[in-house]
Amino acid sequence: MLNNAITDLMTKMADDELIQGHRNSEWTGLGPVMEEDIAFSSMAQDKIGHSWALYRIIEENLGGRQADLFAFCRPENEYKCCHLVEYPNSGYDFSLMRHFLFDQAEAVRYESMLESSFEPLQQLSRKVKGELKYHTLHANAWVMQLSKAGEESYDRMQTALNEIIALAAGIFEPGKAHEQVLIDAKVYPGEKELYNRWLDRIYPVLVKASLNLPALESITPAYGGRNGQHTPYLAPLLKEMGEVFNLDTAANW
Amino acid sequence: MSLDPRVNRLKLGDPNAVIKVEEGENWNVYEVFHQEKRGAHHEHVGCVHAPDPQMALIFAKEQFARRKKCVNLWVVKSADILAFDVEDEDMFANNLEKTYRDASGFKVMEKINKFKQSSKGTTDVK
Repeated sequence: MLNNAITDLMTKMADDELIQGHRNSEWTGLGPVMEEDIAFSSMAQDKIGHSWALYRIIEENLGGRQADLFAFCRPENEYKCCHLVEYPNSGYDFSLMRHFLFDQAEAVRYESMLESSFEPLQQLSRKVKGELKYHTLHANAWVMQLSKAGEESYDRMQTALNEIIALAAGIFEPGKAHEQVLIDAKVYPGEKELYNRWLDRIYPVLVKASLNLPALESITPAYGGRNGQHTPYLAPLLKEMGEVFNLDTAANW
Repeated sequence: MSLDPRVNRLKLGDPNAVIKVEEGENWNVYEVFHQEKRGAHHEHVGCVHAPDPQMALIFAKEQFARRKKCVNLWVVKSADILAFDVEDEDMFANNLEKTYRDASGFKVMEKINKFKQSSKGTTDVK
């Protein structure tokens, strides 16, 4: 029971990172300036690396499927990523705001797992700490920079925030029966708690950037992804992402 | 458009146009210095374009420290560096008879090696 719950939690985390990493990698070669292109691409690779580490733990410690097969060969409704990561990169404003909200959530989640009762997760959290420190530093700096770069820039950042906030709140979709098991076993503190910690983390940055956090009572978090209900954007992404791998899933690389 | 704000560009077509670079319109160039281990010198490795020092440091991290071992970085605005003019290079020329000023002229290693050689096997330094 506990192992199933841990697998469920880690699949959600890994799928989020895989899909977000893939989306962000679509900016490679198209970034606004060369320096940013390299930084953003590099962080996208980090995300895919995190997802790989999580899939490996599922495989090795929890009796899951082989990591690559699990990552690339599931039907769409078995993916547990949230809707936020599925959306196409409409513009750099959108991608940066998503990067900010997602990476802060990721940082909060891994930090909470530094004390996890599940040892492999605890170790991984220590390992990714430095990378996440950089990712959030990068995200915070951009949000502040662009919010102070004139009217058009400010408006675009505020619009992006308004568009994304409900999607981002969907990261913390309640985990039903599994979640209480995980909280009781001290694997992690639960979605509600992480959501509150996340808000405490993003709020000061938004204040510094003079951006207005939309009234949270008025938003409807985009839930469903954790149960395999996805936006129409996921299927084409999965097809493209697995295109080469699926030519021959047994090939040695 | 040039990213280098120190350089003004001639706008062809309008001889009366005043060239003015607005604050924040162009990014600055920052020189990047890389430190391989704690206590070591920071060594110049290249430059990045960035709107401010913080972003320069953020860019420099992925630009110059993602492969090579690194514990810290410095960034300095290129425009803040003072250098001699290229044509004043002659100032650095040493006269031939002053080679004693050249540190490599002190053949210390030779003496050390000679000493090591001579004391080999005779004294054991504990």
